[in-house]
Amino acid sequence: MSDRILGGVCVALAIFYVWAATQIRLSFISDPVGPRTFPIIVGILFGLSGLVLMLRPDPDPAWPNAGRLAEIAAAVILLAGYASLLPRFGFVATTAVTAGFLSWRLGARPAAAAFAGLAISVGIYVVFHLVLGLSLARGPWGF
Amino acid sequence: MDVLSSLGDGFTIAITWQNLGLAFVGCFLGTIIGALPGLGPSNGVAILIPLAFTLGLPATPALILLTSVYYGAMYGGRISSILLNIPGDEPAMMTTLDGHPMALKGQAGEALAISGLASFVGSFFATWGLVFLAPQLVKVALLFGPAEYFALFALAFATLGGLASRNQAKAALAATFGLAIAMIGVDGQTGVPRLSFGEVHLYDGIDFLVAIVGLFALSEVFVFLEHRKPGEDGAPRPALGRVIPPAGMVRSCLGAMSRSTVVGFIAGVLPGAGASLGSFLAYGLEKKIAGNAETFGSGDPRGVAAPEAGNNAAAGGALVPMLALGVPGSGTTAVLLAMLLALNITPGPLLFAKNPDVVWGLIAALFIANVMLLLMNIPLVGLFVRVLMVPTRYLMPTVAMVSFVGIYGISGSTFDLMVMIVFGVIGWVLRKMDVPLVPVILGILLGNQMEVNLRRELTISNGDWTALVHSPLAIALWLVAVAGFLAPLLVGRYLRPRSASPIADEANSGD
Repeated sequence: MSDRILGGVCVALAIFYVWAATQIRLSFISDPVGPRTFPIIVGILFGLSGLVLMLRPDPDPAWPNAGRLAEIAAAVILLAGYASLLPRFGFVATTAVTAGFLSWRLGARPAAAAFAGLAISVGIYVVFHLVLGLSLARGPWGF
Repeated sequence: MDVLSSLGDGFTIAITWQNLGLAFVGCFLGTIIGALPGLGPSNGVAILIPLAFTLGLPATPALILLTSVYYGAMYGGRISSILLNIPGDEPAMMTTLDGHPMALKGQAGEALAISGLASFVGSFFATWGLVFLAPQLVKVALLFGPAEYFALFALAFATLGGLASRNQAKAALAATFGLAIAMIGVDGQTGVPRLSFGEVHLYDGIDFLVAIVGLFALSEVFVFLEHRKPGEDGAPRPALGRVIPPAGMVRSCLGAMSRSTVVGFIAGVLPGAGASLGSFLAYGLEKKIAGNAETFGSGDPRGVAAPEAGNNAAAGGALVPMLALGVPGSGTTAVLLAMLLALNITPGPLLFAKNPDVVWGLIAALFIANVMLLLMNIPLVGLFVRVLMVPTRYLMPTVAMVSFVGIYGISGSTFDLMVMIVFGVIGWVLRKMDVPLVPVILGILLGNQMEVNLRRELTISNGDWTALVHSPLAIALWLVAVAGFLAPLLVGRYLRPRSASPIADEANSGD
């Protein structure tokens, strides 16, 4: 069933993709193939692979239960939040919180996780910024 | 022999304090990356590319660093296979079969030493194979026109997806998905934006480094979140025993090592086969030659030597098509190709003519890395064993954060980070569904070149599509591509090791 759904999603995506490829503006000079043809070919092959998957699916993989899926969803939201807040609050603070949270969800006790978050954040800051000179996001406090 | 004099020049480039230092760091990091379950050569190198790139290393030192990591990871994979019965990376899977039983018999140190030696033999001779075979392949590749290149790319997709996958439809889905992503952005030949829906960030296309780090490294974090068991702790540290193998054991393994090196190298050179197949075939061959199959699987040293020599030889072999043709033979070399492209170096026959310093410096560095790895891996193995005990609950957040640092360092753009997270989720879903990730990467990397070659050929032929099969060479490449795609339907069962544990399989689908 999972494969059928994936196949179906891919077929839908492929139809959209091919449609979008036909909407590509043509420029006044062009080679014989033009910018549309290859994306259309790729889109069609993508759709055909999806169709085969719909018709001949493999057995289902073992999907995690709802709790685990929620864990992963929470991690995705956390990382997205991290990405958007990184420029505002700087590297060290945001990274400490994010790494700590991930470490907690991966099984560390809360206190250990908070410490790990801080250690990972400061460790990366020291190694990559202070030693190797990589530019990291600067927050209001300069780090 | 001009090959040898080029190699000599390579050594003069590689032997500087900076390059030796980078090779040392690369070997050390690589061994750790290989040893840690959940970090393999492809995701390890993937995380390091953006870092090497943002640190502003020139091409040759950056390549030396990353190929040392690549070779190092191939050495390191065996450590956790032997001690914990968990392959540190996918190619090391076959090493668990005899390596762990040896550890249980109290011969962990000997197993590590013999496999370290086998790794050295495999990669040392494979690097010699690279030295002599790559220039020959370059001579053939110089005959290639756009039609042949187009066919070659098709061949790479057909075989890379084909041999490595259980389901051809999924391999094709992965490859076309990657190609579809590559099309996003301004068309290089006519200057019109394509499939970017007015989003300015998409005009440059999706950066392949962002996609690679998301697919390989970040998805790993999700895999671990999914499989976490409550109260899981680092495994107890097994006793090592003696780390110098008795001479008799070494002698009994020499035959296995040399045969496995040949088998592994060939498997590595063939597009799409890669290191996993190399070690699988090498183990199978030794088991057949030994005849008395009972000792295999219960701690036979030859069963440790064969797959390790095989996978390290394959790692060297996989560099041949990557350097000479620009078409990678495995997942990790696909990631190394990304590295070259990020540094504005296009591998292929012209690389040998235009940047011989890069090629030969790299090859010389491989020899140096190999010797370093041997020296590091036999006496210092205890140190790596200690690193292995870092629990994933601290390791995985570090991996995630370093991925972010690398990508943020390239562009400083939140948009890229978001795209990386999306790719992380896609990578997790595709792994769950057993869709191979390597063709996706290859599609993103090679898509534009594939299209350029198609359009160049049709411009030459004035729009005549039959020009794609005008030469015998092109026809031959297409035939091999079709055969490579269809063959696994017939014989695929025999070419794919069955995975012992589903998590190792999922966690390491990178290579």
